[in-house]
Amino acid sequence: MKTFMLDIFIKRALADMKSNKFLNIIAIITLGLSILIVSAFLLFLININEVIDSCKKSVRIMAYLDPGFEEVQLEGIKQRIREMDGVSEIIFISKEEALKRLKEQMKRQSSLFENIDTNPLPDSFEVQIAPNFETDEKMEALAQKIEKLPSVQEVEYGRKWVNKFTRVVNIFKITAFVMALFFLLAAIFIMANTIRLLLYSKREEIQIMRLVGATDSFIKWPFYIEGLIMGGIGGIIGISMLFLVFIFISINVSQDLASDFVSIRFFSIKDSIWVISSSMFVGWLGCYLSLKQFLKA
Amino acid sequence: MENQNNEVIIQLFHVHKRYGGKNAIIDVTVNFFKNEFVFITGPSGAGKSTLMKLLYLGEPASEGQIIIEGVNLSRLSNSQIPFLRRKFGIIFQDFRLINTKNVYENVSLVLESMGMNRKYIQKKVKIVLRMVGMEDRGNNYPLSLSGGEQQRIAIARAMVGDPKIILADEPTASLDSESADAVLELLKTAHSKGTTIIVSTHDKELIRKMGTRVLHLKEGQVQE
Repeated sequence: MKTFMLDIFIKRALADMKSNKFLNIIAIITLGLSILIVSAFLLFLININEVIDSCKKSVRIMAYLDPGFEEVQLEGIKQRIREMDGVSEIIFISKEEALKRLKEQMKRQSSLFENIDTNPLPDSFEVQIAPNFETDEKMEALAQKIEKLPSVQEVEYGRKWVNKFTRVVNIFKITAFVMALFFLLAAIFIMANTIRLLLYSKREEIQIMRLVGATDSFIKWPFYIEGLIMGGIGGIIGISMLFLVFIFISINVSQDLASDFVSIRFFSIKDSIWVISSSMFVGWLGCYLSLKQFLKA
Repeated sequence: MENQNNEVIIQLFHVHKRYGGKNAIIDVTVNFFKNEFVFITGPSGAGKSTLMKLLYLGEPASEGQIIIEGVNLSRLSNSQIPFLRRKFGIIFQDFRLINTKNVYENVSLVLESMGMNRKYIQKKVKIVLRMVGMEDRGNNYPLSLSGGEQQRIAIARAMVGDPKIILADEPTASLDSESADAVLELLKTAHSKGTTIIVSTHDKELIRKMGTRVLHLKEGQVQE
């Protein structure tokens, strides 16, 4: 396309937007709300994935030792566990150390420890898992192997609850995906209808343009540009609204939860550009569908 | 005025046009020559406007062949139709100007759609507006002009792309005699520059003034 033609198309698109302000504003707002909802789902998916990844990374096996184990056995057990496949690191946690950690974690409930004369906690090994060993089957096998060692009383690992959590989150993910798809389709439908109304109001003008030799591309391009501009503005509005909601939630609701568990984040610049570009695509697609139908008639 | 070189620009062979079961054009076979000024006349409902529409592919013929500068219209794809229409300048009884665009924009639209650059458009639109005596009305909107003025703009729009053929469908029907004369003068000017002019009208005075070939249509059939 020649540059001056693009200039003509942009001017016509802007003039059309100006002359149909009300319709365009309604379409932009509706598109913005749709993008807000879709990107909220996306943001949820991104953050929940990071939470799950973080949980998976923090999974380790705790091997609790018999109360009566002899210290001379300690190095032997440690060595045998270290030599097992899938073990990246092993740390001995004495029962004194365990109690100290527990007290630190439960500072606010320190009164609970006041009447405890003896340490009820066992000595234990904290076994870190190699990244390629994080599957259910491998971890289960490793845990069973450790449990069979002499002086190991019990083995515990958090994999099972992580898996349960993952399964629940997966249901949320599918729901979020379906909802996002639904709102995206709704946004396309809204755009298509807005452009259809515009086309209807300009049908005589379009008819005249065709009579004077205008090609369909010449007629379509300003509408495409209009769709892209509306989509872009809708996208910026949607993502800005989401950012405000995110800031509000970050400040007022999730601060404690997030700091203890995992930090939640907003879209990166790249993600934001992707969301706005998608919104522009939705704007264009709505125009494309409407024009295809209208110009065929 | 007889055509100077007998070079055919439009040929119609046994053309029919039907709307449902009703025949609007029946077995029309006729030639139009380069730089000819032809009137198509006949009573209302004779098929004058339908014949015009068939020429610029406003509607396709139901039967028969229409050949314009060697191009058979029945073989044109949809994407080729705009390029066929650029051979024509079309003038309508109801002007068909875009009321949301000013005079300059209405006229320049033709050249924009042809992909001409801005400088050329500005220059050419200025020339044709001067030719039709409307050079100072470029910023006016159609609805602020009289019927005669609107028709002049429509003629300017028809002429601005230097078409080979001008089709004028009842161009003076809604004008007073003074404006009608002005329109005829403008068509004569276009004709003097080598353009083929085909005018559909039932205005006998207009036909008498020109004294050129007349094609009589009655109930869809030619009675030359």
